[in-house]
Amino acid sequence: MDVGTGSRWEHFDHMADIGIRGIGGSREKAFEQVALALTAVITDPTSLRSDIQFDFECSAEDDEMLLVDWLNRLISEMSSRRMLFGRFNVQIRDHHLHGSAWGEPADPARHHPAVEVKGATLTELRVACDQPGQWSAQWW
Amino acid sequence: MDLRRLTRRSDTEWSIEPHGRMRVPGVIFATETLVRGMDDKVYDQVSNVATLPGIVKASFAMPDAHWGYGFPIGGVAAFNPDEGGIISAGGVGFDVSCGVRTLTTGLRINDIGPLEQKLAHELSRAIPAGVGSTGHLRLDDAAIDNMLKAGACWAVDNGFGTAGDVERIEEHGRVAGADTEQVSSMAKKRMRDEVGTIGSGNHYLEVQRVTEIEDTNIATAFNIEKDDVLVSIHCGSRGLGHQIGTEFLREMASEAKAYGIELPDRELACAPIRSSLGERYIGAMRSAINCALANRQVLTHLARKAFTQVIPEANLQILYDVSHNTCKQEHHLVDGQERQLFVHRKGATRAFGPQMHDLPDAYRKTGQPVLIGGTMGTASYILVGTAMSESRAFSSACHGAGRSMSRHAATRQWNGRELVHQLAARGIIVKSPSMRGIAEEAPGAYKDVTAVVDATEQAGLASKVARLEPVMVVKG
Repeated sequence: MDVGTGSRWEHFDHMADIGIRGIGGSREKAFEQVALALTAVITDPTSLRSDIQFDFECSAEDDEMLLVDWLNRLISEMSSRRMLFGRFNVQIRDHHLHGSAWGEPADPARHHPAVEVKGATLTELRVACDQPGQWSAQWW
Repeated sequence: MDLRRLTRRSDTEWSIEPHGRMRVPGVIFATETLVRGMDDKVYDQVSNVATLPGIVKASFAMPDAHWGYGFPIGGVAAFNPDEGGIISAGGVGFDVSCGVRTLTTGLRINDIGPLEQKLAHELSRAIPAGVGSTGHLRLDDAAIDNMLKAGACWAVDNGFGTAGDVERIEEHGRVAGADTEQVSSMAKKRMRDEVGTIGSGNHYLEVQRVTEIEDTNIATAFNIEKDDVLVSIHCGSRGLGHQIGTEFLREMASEAKAYGIELPDRELACAPIRSSLGERYIGAMRSAINCALANRQVLTHLARKAFTQVIPEANLQILYDVSHNTCKQEHHLVDGQERQLFVHRKGATRAFGPQMHDLPDAYRKTGQPVLIGGTMGTASYILVGTAMSESRAFSSACHGAGRSMSRHAATRQWNGRELVHQLAARGIIVKSPSMRGIAEEAPGAYKDVTAVVDATEQAGLASKVARLEPVMVVKG
């Protein structure tokens, strides 16, 4: 899905599940987009209100594990708070991430959530600068 | 999968000869048709598991095997702690102790005929299902710890069932060695209000009709007859298990090198059984197993209430409760000697034959019921472990059909609402809060469960007892 800034997210097929990919002009934008792709596995992210904001911090040894930690943190917080997040902001310095997520309490009648995401595996994990000014972050 | 890469041992057994760093061969149990349909990744993953320290005999794949992370889904591998054997979070799976519990109801199909719609309605009201659904219980940290230590026994002690229930559950309803100190606060937080919930995806509560009896003697011992009404519950340890899997997969991936383990694939993240990290994971995983057993016990209580509200003479009794995402400490004969092994079954069901350790008295002569779930539009099966099961793959069998199509592809091919109408026309009532979830779980997105079960029997992993067809389904 193109959001008009060159940033976009997409799902890719996998036999057993769904792969998610975020593409953006920077590593941070790619991480924001892949978070949107994560939410889109569950529900339409554009249907979500930005009522409540949460801030998170993660650190990891490399970009790929940082992506795993970022997505796992979102999965855990959405699950434990019964929330769905539809908007994200990410700042990364070295391998330390400060992220913000906005969302609202999950409402089955309105959001028709399809499936819970159990956790981020290490499969098809990739964070890369594909060409000058274009980063992608993906995970299955 | 390219058959030329395999050595055919029989119509249902194929070997991957040791190559590279494989310590033991790989063995795939499946018919030629099923093997041809398997992804080449299954070959790679079975081979990779065979490289892990302390693996015993072989790296096995069941007839429903497909690509998982690290270990294939449908993978079985046993490790000997005395030979540096490992334990792997990826070899257990994220939904720790996901499994199936089947209940007899004391009802015949004609008993529910006129009450079907009412019963389906009551069950869908009583059984919390779907993303974000919460149970009726709110547990504080002390109650969570008690639940994690005592499993289904905790549920029974708190009024969700009877003492007799736990005799028909693997581990008698409670696995020993749960260490709640190793379960993170986030994992416990995710479980505070999820006990007694089904979840989403391929999880369900299904009312089923016994449509065929394949083995009359065993069926009689299991107290089931043709046209009986059964209930099957498929779910696991919910958010708590997911969190434990997530955290330990991450930690094992980072720490493997420090333990001197060379991983051919980072997803094979593991730790020696006899190591601090290995022992911590075992303590946490066993807590999650108890969580799943408690969860299915509370759901059983809710199903009983819903049934008796509509049909007062209904008498729901547990046939058996099996887990198909676990690592269990078991005794097995290897080269004529009894060994204590840690048997990983990821998307594989334990299939203990007659006289095996830990069987309930009721199944000591017959072997244990092996419960195989289908989809909302296809059959499920009850099998039984046999005397031959142990020598095949440490007493293990398949766990279900296995997906043949991604969720994404399924939503492109099917519409949830149309599927519900089509199934209704076949006499199957489906209740779900998510039509997209129904489309993702379309029966056509799965392999043919009957072919999988037939191959399981032909390979000597377990033997067919009864075929069940869905009548009503509550899905997340």
